[in-house]
Amino acid sequence: MPSFLDALKSQVGRKILTGITGIGLIIFIIFHLIGNLTLFGDAQAFNEYTYALESLGWILYVLEAGLAIAFLLHAYIGISIWWNRRQARPEGYVKYQSKGGPSKQTWASKTMIFTGIVLLVFLVIHIDTFKFGATDTIMLNGHEARDLKDLVIATFQQPLYAFGYTAVMILLGLHLGHGFWSAFTSLTMKHKEYSSVIYTVGVIFAILMAVGFLFIPLYIYFAGPDAALISY
Amino acid sequence: MSKEMTIHLKIWRQDGPDQPGELVDYTLDNVNEHMSFLEMLDVLNEQIVAKGEEEPVEFDYDCREGICGSCNLVINGQAHGPKAMTCSCQLHMRNYEDGDTIVVEPFRAKAFPVIKDLVVDRSAFDRIIEAGGYVSVKTGSAPEANSIPVEKSTADTAFDYATCIGCGACVAACPNGSASLFTGAKLAHLNRLPQGKPEKDERTVAMVEQMEEEGFGDCSNYAECEAVCPKGISISAIAEMRRNYMSAAFAGEEA
Repeated sequence: MPSFLDALKSQVGRKILTGITGIGLIIFIIFHLIGNLTLFGDAQAFNEYTYALESLGWILYVLEAGLAIAFLLHAYIGISIWWNRRQARPEGYVKYQSKGGPSKQTWASKTMIFTGIVLLVFLVIHIDTFKFGATDTIMLNGHEARDLKDLVIATFQQPLYAFGYTAVMILLGLHLGHGFWSAFTSLTMKHKEYSSVIYTVGVIFAILMAVGFLFIPLYIYFAGPDAALISY
Repeated sequence: MSKEMTIHLKIWRQDGPDQPGELVDYTLDNVNEHMSFLEMLDVLNEQIVAKGEEEPVEFDYDCREGICGSCNLVINGQAHGPKAMTCSCQLHMRNYEDGDTIVVEPFRAKAFPVIKDLVVDRSAFDRIIEAGGYVSVKTGSAPEANSIPVEKSTADTAFDYATCIGCGACVAACPNGSASLFTGAKLAHLNRLPQGKPEKDERTVAMVEQMEEEGFGDCSNYAECEAVCPKGISISAIAEMRRNYMSAAFAGEEA
């Protein structure tokens, strides 16, 4: 019998880990989107939310470390699967096409490696722009806080950021379009009747997430600094 | 009256395992719509032999009735051709139109090296089966088949997975070249029957490890394997393999 650690390194184990980290990241982006939507709340709702997050102290570090591990493991395994497939079929077909029917070969599933790598690169830029971006300090309920809201609005006035983010969020939607269903299937939740429901829920979820995330930069860009939905 | 057609073929010709291969054009007139795909290749080979300029096209077959798992053609980019739940031998020319061009290639995977033309070595599957070992339970002779009660639904599901004929279309069609559906089907078949229970964990681990050792790729849940499987085996088999493998690893840690 393999040790549990060795089992996780096998083809089966790697897939289980991809599924677990994938679902972890799905939970993360749900909270991320809810947080983002506070931009449309009271004048200081977004800054209060980000201040509350940063005040978590060591809990935030633990969460961030967990996220970093999930992202890196997910990406590492994904890239290794892509690498293995090149080894497993050194000479490709002259002509290849899907047979349709139960096949889940779609634009989404066939571009996982591309959308995944773009998301990874995006993540670095995204963290650099906002987490480590320069912000003004404001007084918020008697304590000093970062004016992240101002940074967000200023950033998305720039077409490169507004449209770049929009494009990447469409790719996120594609990644989730296959990833959601695939994660559940990898975690062995495959069922005659429920699997098609999981697939449909996954596609709807992917669209909701993509639209939810890309609405913010696009809205800020087109509505300008005096955007009606944002209060100051 | 049956329809007669002209069919243009582009067939992968490769002299040996380490030789480079290429698509070679052939044109067949008078292809009868009732011919099977393999009968059409037979006619082509008769023509090639009559001409005497080159060797006939090598391709695998045995039963020609869709139950042995020998035939293995990738036809216009699809393992076993365009029809669902059909082996290459049960594909008939009535599915094609006069003047069609059909590309015929071998199953492609590192673990399935080409021997010649369209024939590949699928002994990697035999080694996965061998790794599965034996059952220690005395299964008795024919009358004793009923002495171990098996739930009807269990027997039915096991039989669904037992319909795998080991043709390898799952590997051929998988974008990753994964053998997960084959290995999963064998495990899902044997592991759920009472006779297969005592060695369940050892069998699962050994077959999964052998599958990886043979150089098959990872499963990315494309489900293309299910689409091309001539027996329509569900990728639920793969989910079950994952479940059995992880539970075997857990059980191993306890011991």
